[in-house]
Amino acid sequence: MAVKKKKITRQRARKLTPLDRTTLKCIEDEARRIHETIQKKKKPEIVFPVRSLKNVTYDRRSGYFKLGRGRKRRDLTVNSVKAFAQMLRMMAASMELIRTDDTATKREAYYNSKNWGDAKFKEQTESDTVMDDIEAMFSLHKVSREQLRFKPAEHGGSVTGKLIIIDHDIETGAKEEIDCTRMGSSAWRIPARVEHLDFKTDADFVLAIETNGMYERLASHKFWRTHNCILVEMGGVPTRSCRRFLRILSDKKKIPVYAFVDCDPYGIANIYRSLKVGSGNAAHINTFFCVPNARFLGVTPQDIVDYGLREKDAVHPLKEVDIKRAKDALKNDPFFQTHKAWKKALEQLLRMGVRAEQQAFAAFDLNFVIREYLPAKLKKPGSFLP
Amino acid sequence: MKGGQMDLFGGKPEEPISAWKSEEGRRMATSKVGGKRKKGRRASAESMAKAQREISVSEFFTKNRHLLGFDSPRKALLTGIKEAVDNSLDACEEAGILPEIHVEIRQIPKHENRFTMIVEDNGPGILKTQIPNIFGKLLYGSKFHRLRQSRGQQGIGISAAGMYGQLTTGSPIRILSRTSPRKKALSFKVRIDTTRNRPEFKEVECDWEKAHGTRVEIDMEAEFRRGVRSVDEYLKQTAVANPHVKIHYRDPSGKETIYERGTDQLPSETKEIKPHPHGVELGLLIKMLADSKERTLSSFLQQEFSRVGGTVARKICEGARLSTRANPKRIARQEADALHKSIQKTRIMAPPTNCIAPIGEETLLAGLRKEIKADFYIAATRPPAVYRGNPFLVEAALAFGREGDTMEVTEEGKIRSRKKAKAADTELLGNADEPIRLVRFANRVPLQYQQGACAITKSVIGVNWRSYGLQQPKGALPIGAMVLIVHIASVWVPFTSESKEAIASYPEIIKEIKLAVQECGRKLGTHIRKGKRIEREYQKRSYIEKYLPHIGIGLQEILEIPDRERDADVAILQEILEKSRKF
Repeated sequence: MAVKKKKITRQRARKLTPLDRTTLKCIEDEARRIHETIQKKKKPEIVFPVRSLKNVTYDRRSGYFKLGRGRKRRDLTVNSVKAFAQMLRMMAASMELIRTDDTATKREAYYNSKNWGDAKFKEQTESDTVMDDIEAMFSLHKVSREQLRFKPAEHGGSVTGKLIIIDHDIETGAKEEIDCTRMGSSAWRIPARVEHLDFKTDADFVLAIETNGMYERLASHKFWRTHNCILVEMGGVPTRSCRRFLRILSDKKKIPVYAFVDCDPYGIANIYRSLKVGSGNAAHINTFFCVPNARFLGVTPQDIVDYGLREKDAVHPLKEVDIKRAKDALKNDPFFQTHKAWKKALEQLLRMGVRAEQQAFAAFDLNFVIREYLPAKLKKPGSFLP
Repeated sequence: MKGGQMDLFGGKPEEPISAWKSEEGRRMATSKVGGKRKKGRRASAESMAKAQREISVSEFFTKNRHLLGFDSPRKALLTGIKEAVDNSLDACEEAGILPEIHVEIRQIPKHENRFTMIVEDNGPGILKTQIPNIFGKLLYGSKFHRLRQSRGQQGIGISAAGMYGQLTTGSPIRILSRTSPRKKALSFKVRIDTTRNRPEFKEVECDWEKAHGTRVEIDMEAEFRRGVRSVDEYLKQTAVANPHVKIHYRDPSGKETIYERGTDQLPSETKEIKPHPHGVELGLLIKMLADSKERTLSSFLQQEFSRVGGTVARKICEGARLSTRANPKRIARQEADALHKSIQKTRIMAPPTNCIAPIGEETLLAGLRKEIKADFYIAATRPPAVYRGNPFLVEAALAFGREGDTMEVTEEGKIRSRKKAKAADTELLGNADEPIRLVRFANRVPLQYQQGACAITKSVIGVNWRSYGLQQPKGALPIGAMVLIVHIASVWVPFTSESKEAIASYPEIIKEIKLAVQECGRKLGTHIRKGKRIEREYQKRSYIEKYLPHIGIGLQEILEIPDRERDADVAILQEILEKSRKF
């Protein structure tokens, strides 16, 4: 029982940001509420939003999935006592991270629990669940997991193009400017926490690209210079930090985000949908992690027809999972149900029964996509799917 | 039946049975039918007849001693003591004396496998004239011809033990008996003349400190062992089923064990009953008709059987087309057959059941509690039932769970495990992962051998123990730390052999055993479920107690509260959770 309070080993160099202060206050308020409930000899409880799809609605005006009013009450009982204790200990750990201006990966947080004795986690899935619970609870106060200083150990995405990022030195906090036009043969990598970033840019749009291959082609030919844009590689479904980065960039600088992904149900219903409106099973964080300004540049099902990709034998038949995914999107997804254009496009895709990748245009020649396809598309942004 | 089937022997069908000659006059020997002598035969009927002679019952059992339970030296010792103790208890109870019995086994010096078994009681003693016959003649006794619940049935046991001793060591049985303080004690030495099944004896008067009682000593070839099916186990089980008995026991090593009384109440006296008509077989009916002193068939039926009154007797006679006033002695075999059939068809009230004395639920429980330390005891006594016209009654009792294996709830609502029992007390109680111990009793006598062949075992296996929360492999006894006692009391217990080791599987008996066992089983099920509930609750509570401190630590780290406040929070939470939990 006698656990001494750990000493803060690292003094923070920067002052607490207002967001950090909000986060700390959230944690303290919650703990104080529980403490006072106990002092009143009552069973403490924790309230957080229901995280199921039932409690999700698509808000057309704001353009993303929103959490409904469903709330879950977690009493302190036999079944919840472990999670209850772990939540508090993890909140304490988070607090420590904020105080020392540090971050920990989810994996690190899991290992960090190993000195909690009985309350330690057996698997990372357990710590992730508790983390999600805390995040859901604080999402009501607009605090995200990144604010709690827990980050996923995933690749955030790469950026090049007409953009200067204003960051700070991790130790001293001194301002640092990064010019994304001068990244040599590499790119700037989106960090796990992007909240503190600021930007300077005069780009016309952001091009969010699904595959690394296509991104490399466009970046190596300095596509951003000819079209005055910023190139962002998502690498499949965009990570939270990638989505958040695009959101902040697009919001702060009022520039549109164009998505350039494969023409298949995965590219449309998973990658683009997550980018635009967030995901249904993480609705509590969609407030932060979606880009309502995003539009769908391509590849559209109509492009397959227009560019004669089928005739070039540059398409593949839809797999069973593709068909299932598309049908499921049409039937259950409020986003696709809201937009008639999307409904039509998905139906068209199903009718054709084929899929086309971004790289399919290489069937004409390798740089066809730079020379012909993208310029043609960018001439009429009005034709982009919502 | 009018055609008659006895013509082979030339008997007249209508001839009254009483007109037949007795054995001495005319033997129904097979040689009569044997026919003429043929050439080349290895033996003739006449030469064979020379070798044919009566077999004495003693000779028969000398050769077939396994039938009486003397098949191995180890079992012989047990059987000998058992027969002697059974006789002592029967005698004491019949005389209304609270039995106090001394059992002793002594090794005979210089003989590794010879022992002297001594059983001494405080019973009424035996008359001088009866001692030689009781101990020196097989099939002599008071219990065979009557229908009454007693331990002994055949009048074969103690004399067989003596015969076995005589056969293996050459020593006679030594008996000391005194019937009254006013008389001197008698010391007898009895041998059995096996060819003639007759006693040979020497007697002297002597002094004995006991006012009345009997002491039997038999030397025999034997083997002394402890454990399963031992004398120790037999005495312990006897003490369980007979809590009114006090037993002093000294084993060959000189160790003395005393089984104290659990009650001063003698079992209620059992009454002798007449046979029930439905249980009588044709041959016996014919014999009874011939032996009867009654003048009319109606009075014969009313006098010789239980539950037969004027109306029932008339109905039986009508059914057999016989006159109620017919002379029983003049009833022919075919008429007797019709009479027997009519009896079976007539509805007759079940036999009286006051002839059976159950041990009783409370006494059974007292016996169990006295000898076995367990967590849970339950007993059930069934109402009497009837098989083949014999009333019988089944009782079951069980002791479950070693003390300390389970949890209990204290008055303050805390859960703790019970105090551990001393290992010595749990001999009868097996481990939780072993089959249950089944202890069988017939008229209060423990049955130790042939468990598999016994109706009790079959019935217990036939019960679905899983529904009572025990594991049960297919076709086997259930698993668990449990002693199950089943007692059958009857005026005539149907054993499968003379050694009285297993009970025959009559459907009525099996049904009653199952019902009695199930009655106990249901209550056991409730107990087991409650135990499991408490255990689950205990686990939940220890689970809570494991994580509560971490809530305190978490709060302390966030709010930077002092240790005192943190510990207070944890204490309050514990209190809240314990109060709010019900089970």
